[in-house]
Amino acid sequence: MRYLPLTPDDRAAMLERIGVPDIDALFADVPASARLTGPIEGLPHHASEMMVGRHLRALAARNLSAADAPFFLGAGAYRHHIPASVDHIIQRGEFLTAYTPYQPEIAQGTLQVLFEFQTQVARLFGTDIANASMYDGSTACWEAIAMAGRITRRNHAVLSSGLHPHYVSVASTMAKYTGDVLATALPSLEAAADDDRVIAAISDETACAVVQYPDILGRIPDLARIADAAHAKGALLVVVVTEPVALGMLESPAALGADIVVGEGQSLGVGLQFGGPFLGLFAAREKYVRQMPGRLCGETVDADGKRGFVLTLSTREQHIRREKATSNICTNSGLCALAFSVHMTLLGGVGLERLARINHARAVQAAERLTQIAGVSLVNDAFFNEFTLRLGQDARAVALRLANRGVLGGVTMGRLFPGVTALEGGLIVAVTETVSMEDIETLAAALEGELA
Amino acid sequence: MNAPNRAGWKPQMPQGDANKQITSSGDLGLQLEEPLIFELASNGNCGVDFDAEATEPSAFLAPFIRKQPVDLPGLSEPETVRHYTRLSRQNYAIDLGPFPLGSCTMKHNPRLNEAVARLPGFADIHPLQPMDTVQGALAVIEQLADWLMKLTGMPAVAMSPKAGAHGELCGILAIRAALEARGDRRAVILVPESAHGTNPATAAFAGYAVENIPATAQGRVDLAALEARLGPDVAGVMITNPNTCGLFERDMKAISDAVHAAGGLVYCDGANFNAIVGKVRPGDLGIDAMHINLHKTFSTPHGGGGPGSGPVVLSEALAPFAPIPFVHRDEEGRLRLVEERGASELLPDSFGRMVAFHGQMGMFTRALAYMLSHGADGLKQVAEDAVLNANYVLRSLDDMLDAPFGDSGPCMHEALFSDAGMAKGFTTLDIAKGLIDEGFHPMTVYFPLVVHGAMLVEPTETESRSGLDRLIGSLRAVASRAKEGDETLKSAPHHAPRRRMDETLAARKPVLVWKGQPAPSGEPVPSEIGGR
Amino acid sequence: MTTYYTREHEWIAVNGDTGTVGITGYAQEQLGDITFVELPAAGDTLTKGAAVSVVDSVKAASDVFTPVSGTVVEHNSALEDTPELVNTAAETDGWLFRISLSQKGELDGLMDADAYRTYTDSL
Repeated sequence: MRYLPLTPDDRAAMLERIGVPDIDALFADVPASARLTGPIEGLPHHASEMMVGRHLRALAARNLSAADAPFFLGAGAYRHHIPASVDHIIQRGEFLTAYTPYQPEIAQGTLQVLFEFQTQVARLFGTDIANASMYDGSTACWEAIAMAGRITRRNHAVLSSGLHPHYVSVASTMAKYTGDVLATALPSLEAAADDDRVIAAISDETACAVVQYPDILGRIPDLARIADAAHAKGALLVVVVTEPVALGMLESPAALGADIVVGEGQSLGVGLQFGGPFLGLFAAREKYVRQMPGRLCGETVDADGKRGFVLTLSTREQHIRREKATSNICTNSGLCALAFSVHMTLLGGVGLERLARINHARAVQAAERLTQIAGVSLVNDAFFNEFTLRLGQDARAVALRLANRGVLGGVTMGRLFPGVTALEGGLIVAVTETVSMEDIETLAAALEGELA
Repeated sequence: MNAPNRAGWKPQMPQGDANKQITSSGDLGLQLEEPLIFELASNGNCGVDFDAEATEPSAFLAPFIRKQPVDLPGLSEPETVRHYTRLSRQNYAIDLGPFPLGSCTMKHNPRLNEAVARLPGFADIHPLQPMDTVQGALAVIEQLADWLMKLTGMPAVAMSPKAGAHGELCGILAIRAALEARGDRRAVILVPESAHGTNPATAAFAGYAVENIPATAQGRVDLAALEARLGPDVAGVMITNPNTCGLFERDMKAISDAVHAAGGLVYCDGANFNAIVGKVRPGDLGIDAMHINLHKTFSTPHGGGGPGSGPVVLSEALAPFAPIPFVHRDEEGRLRLVEERGASELLPDSFGRMVAFHGQMGMFTRALAYMLSHGADGLKQVAEDAVLNANYVLRSLDDMLDAPFGDSGPCMHEALFSDAGMAKGFTTLDIAKGLIDEGFHPMTVYFPLVVHGAMLVEPTETESRSGLDRLIGSLRAVASRAKEGDETLKSAPHHAPRRRMDETLAARKPVLVWKGQPAPSGEPVPSEIGGR
Repeated sequence: MTTYYTREHEWIAVNGDTGTVGITGYAQEQLGDITFVELPAAGDTLTKGAAVSVVDSVKAASDVFTPVSGTVVEHNSALEDTPELVNTAAETDGWLFRISLSQKGELDGLMDADAYRTYTDSL
């Protein structure tokens, strides 16, 4: 067995050193009734690298990869070109096979990366500070709601209907058990984002308003207006960004008044991976640092006075505070944070803006072409790289037929909001720099064929 | 010399250490220092070429356009690769040597796993693609689920939790949903003193009050104390088995039976499942839920702190309350994801969704490759070798280091020591830092909390006997320095990229982002330690 | 002015109906370098024995329990920037908060300086 270095001779010699007759003597504390005598039945025995690779390649071949089809899916997971050097760097053993940097003297590589990552995220969102990352955007969103509750000592939250429905679902699951009260609503296929409803729902009991920017339909809410309304009632504004590339063009959330900004960092460096692992981004005003969840990396000096970095403010965390911790989280998405940071370093602010502009221009071209199709209309007044179409019929069936033609045409509202008849006709179309003009034409032709 | 360092940053040289020469670069041979990207780069550079011109935004976007460009520096590709490669060399890693962190399970990460996870059919598929186009991905989830259920002897598994603590949350929410479904509003979760901090934190996160239960002098859960506390207000217990002292909870079945008899449910923290995989099925011990850290038992890489993955196996009692989504094979043999409750009659009592999309697919692929590689026979050998290696460490050191439960029988996958017997003023921390100078990553220190100055050594099954002998030799050498009162140990490490760090300064005046200003080109900033 | 001590290592110096509360020199020595102090706000109503403040060191967070019931008059805002005052002057400049006592009888159960010294010697 290629992963096990011990030889039979080693094992015999080691048992002798320990002073037991056989390996089963070391499992003596397991009650005999629970001790298995042979390998578990119904599972295969060991296999060579070649055979395992063959098995998994056969499974991979049964999936339609985004690279092999005109591809227009988004809704919280975006396909961007990832420079080859990103994957090279994250596969370096010193990053890939290191643990959480609990011994900072021999983990400065990981720690400096986290410090750089925190700075990049904070600058992207316009906030004072950011943490070392969370599991993903949806869990970061719930953590932000919980944090706003701790800060304001209130337990009501107003969730925009433009918030990703999976994020709403996660928050609703948690709120059922924590006693938090969430004001939620279903979106409608209209040009206006949910700003008016959110503002009307904010009261003196509201801990926070939670607004996605751009929202699930690709619309762009007026954050400054919502921030003013929230702050007037002593509530916080939590902004959720699922497509950070948008911030290459759009004003940063904190500049518009956001108090906590969370997001999904997958679109830079991480890749689609069928939904995970992804990268939760978490940033806030500095005055709230003691209420933040998750790991924080901070600058300090060593005994020689050399600059270095450590995990810090750990007294917020579960391994010290136990049941009084700000969260139960015990990890971050470290390797994904590294990938994000490398991609961001390659882009720089200038490259991010160019990337954003190319995304936007291509999305505008796609929207123009697709709305020429009879029966198709555009929901949005404004959008970045993602917009919603009304197809006038059940988009799920259409999307399936498109897939059968080898075109991955978008995320249907019916998939995200099952059973909501008013939304069945909605198709969310994301257009990144990976989409070519030919892809747009292929989608348009296929859609014309299906809707004709 | 690395890329132009526009901020003029250079590391401060150590003073008064005769063994270390002062160099003008700040580097010492292959010990390379590296500035922050913000000190290296200037805004305006970019290491990516685009295949289209960036055009002006549409008029409809005008109200939303940012006033200032994003204030982030960029680097060319060679500068980027060099920056991160230089940084990587300041990290210890399992690829470099033993990483004996107890309870963390740092075993070898097979590279086949990395290769298969990167197949475009897995890496480049969208979570919301039509299900007919991702049948292979759903088959990976189904096959991994089958392995996990058979290895644990449990009838159901929730695959979506993102990490171990997220898995704990899944289990506790399932317990709460099951109790509430029968109209039972119990308020307390019992947790042993020796538990991981995530256990009480998770119970509190799910709205429960937490009470500790004591351990016996032999390092196991005090069954009598537990039974005495059980009652109509106790929703359940969270037990780690093997426990954090490295011991198997002999009374696990009796604990489960007692909790069930009192109307509660049993959560098992499966962080240490690697000690018993293929040897014992937790389902035979009466548990109701257990998370499995794929990054521990099933070798997915730790990545410097994540991402993890924490599927949760569930008993018949909890299976109806499992979270969505889950993979279901229909009558035609087609796999589909059951996503939102309204869409399905299959699981009407699900407690709901825990995360966007369907879990850590990239980790599933890696874990399945690992399981297929070892097979049922190999996984049994994995547990046996992990336990053999730990007992070898225990019995090779227990004359030199205090082993508080050394008389409690064999340990499982990790050996626990304490700082008893060191010279006055010498602590576990000194031994850990001394081990760094020996070229090893230290063991887990000061955990579990029930042992003063705890040192928890987990070698894992992927260390060779000669590798263990080297580690044991170094531990003995450092321990004897601590016993003799060797003052140089108090200032260790001396040979790592950094000496001991001032953690008090970091916590008192937190500097969490770089606030320095890059100097104009060609004007070095006369700062020795950068942006502080 | 009389100073009283608790078994949880808080001190309270009482002057009329107002008490000044802090942690003892013994306590700060056990905790090590203090990095942050979370304080009750003026106007908060406290009940004897409740955890009302948290003192953080790098690796630990310790609750501080109010030795008496009452209303917080002010807290020591100097600790926001210089938490190390609790290390250097635990029983003087490192005070945590002042409280207006609502039940002076609660002082009866507390220790005086000699009793506290005997108590800590026994630990």
